[in-house]
Amino acid sequence: MEFETIIGLEIHAELSTKSKMFCGCSTEFGGEPNTRTCPVCLGHPGTLPVANRKAIEYTILLGLALNCEIARRSLFHRKNYFYPDMPKNYQISQYDIPLSKNGFLEIDMGDYKRKVGITRVHLEEDTGKSIHVGESGRIHGAGRSLEDFNRAGIPLVEIVTEPDLRTPEEARNFMIELRAMLEYLGISDCKMEEGSLRCDANISIAVDGVQGTKVEIKNMNSFRALQRALSFEEKRQKEIIIGGGKIPQETRHWDEAAGVTHTLRMKEEAFDYRYFPEPDLVPLEPDPQIVEELQKSLPETPGQRLDRFIRKYGLPKDTARVLVYDKKLGDFYEEAVAKGGNPVAIAKWLAGDFVGLLNEFSIKVENSPIGPHGISELILLVERGVISGRMAKDVLKEAFQSGESPAQIVSRKGLSQIADSEEIALIVERVVDDNPQAVRDFLEGKEQALKFLMGQVMKLSRGKANPTMASEKLRELLEKRQ
Amino acid sequence: MVISMEDVEHVAKLARLYLTKEEKKMFKRQLSDVLEHARIISGIDTSDVEPTSHAIPLANVAREDEVRPSLPVEEAVRNAPWSEGGAFMVPKII
Repeated sequence: MEFETIIGLEIHAELSTKSKMFCGCSTEFGGEPNTRTCPVCLGHPGTLPVANRKAIEYTILLGLALNCEIARRSLFHRKNYFYPDMPKNYQISQYDIPLSKNGFLEIDMGDYKRKVGITRVHLEEDTGKSIHVGESGRIHGAGRSLEDFNRAGIPLVEIVTEPDLRTPEEARNFMIELRAMLEYLGISDCKMEEGSLRCDANISIAVDGVQGTKVEIKNMNSFRALQRALSFEEKRQKEIIIGGGKIPQETRHWDEAAGVTHTLRMKEEAFDYRYFPEPDLVPLEPDPQIVEELQKSLPETPGQRLDRFIRKYGLPKDTARVLVYDKKLGDFYEEAVAKGGNPVAIAKWLAGDFVGLLNEFSIKVENSPIGPHGISELILLVERGVISGRMAKDVLKEAFQSGESPAQIVSRKGLSQIADSEEIALIVERVVDDNPQAVRDFLEGKEQALKFLMGQVMKLSRGKANPTMASEKLRELLEKRQ
Repeated sequence: MVISMEDVEHVAKLARLYLTKEEKKMFKRQLSDVLEHARIISGIDTSDVEPTSHAIPLANVAREDEVRPSLPVEEAVRNAPWSEGGAFMVPKII
């Protein structure tokens, strides 16, 4: 039996408008329950929704960035369902004529690239939040639910992919690519932990080219969770198939703590949403001129920036990826380069030690105590031989923790390395005099002895001797003794 | 098309409306009129007519992205039969 894993994603991203999709309530995250509600988003009778122009523009912008066709005429529909997270008993969404469709996004898997089809990008409103109160704290067995509609009505884009993904890693990379795209377009906060970016997946296993039964997975709240859930599900389905079983069409829930998926509802329980055109909202007919302007206003995409970083600055791809797929880190990098210093060295330090510090202290790049200027200063100190790479590591850490500039730290602690050739010569001579055995070993061809002597030089200089200069001087002196 | 008083009372109950006798009478007549209107319309042959989602020839009505004041939370939950800490409370869902 030959297996092929088939994955498609359905992604929801809250748009970062100031006000909700159909009313003027604030979209700010958090706040006490129902403090950001009004008669429109509470679904009071007699109220009328009015669409947010910015949200429509953002959706078209995303459609364009994902190489989609923009509809000349598009409609809002009511999606009816009986669940209390929407006060109207329906969600305003789009159905048969979304704002954009038929696009693609290419992902880079290192060894190969994959072009992933985008079925559609549509605009809708987010739902409220239900807090299930009861014995278990989970939805099953809850005694009652508390409804907070602060989130209800926040503009939400839904992005549906074609079933073009073949591995859980590809699904993860797709999400990384898409999140970066949303970030670069500046249209969504993309905070998975706050739920402003969410992802559901469909996964099936084709056996010898014959399509399998699709299973939907929900509740994956991080890129890691997405990959783990899909890997689990891939294995589970293959095991059922190998065991001669059948996979039922169902929706499964990812349990992050247990690392498993379990049945949420079977296909027979699937909803009939009774879609119909929203009579309270008129059709959208994007002005071709505005669409053209939006097309022209498209910023550099993450993929374009990656290419540019590799070409212009000569960065290795892996390093460039670290910088590009966090837009703010990429911006930080370019600012640092503009301040001076070797672009490759700056990139190496940012993608390595700097990101390590950000993670260690759980600080976001925009809140880093050391700015692009400080990083540039640090690299220049290394380039000019004032401090060694080893010393720079400590200076960076200290600057990161204290906010003091690298130059200040170096001068305050008297850290600058000895790059004075006469001073180095004195130290090297003394080491050579004090270690006749090692000198003999070296002269007899034991390269190892050179390392020992270098160690003694560094020890004597308390780590401050410029290693390149010291090693040159050492060889020079040893050759004289030959 | 005439609806009964029981229909009116049933719909009112579903909508959590408490109607007086006069109101019930009025709604019985009005709802009957609405259904009668729909009955007449449904008699028209529309096999050659494209479905109409909107009756007025208008598109692209939108507002600027501006925040306006929300309701005070006590106002927001005032009509709710049950609420707790500003949240609407509903019976168990599943």
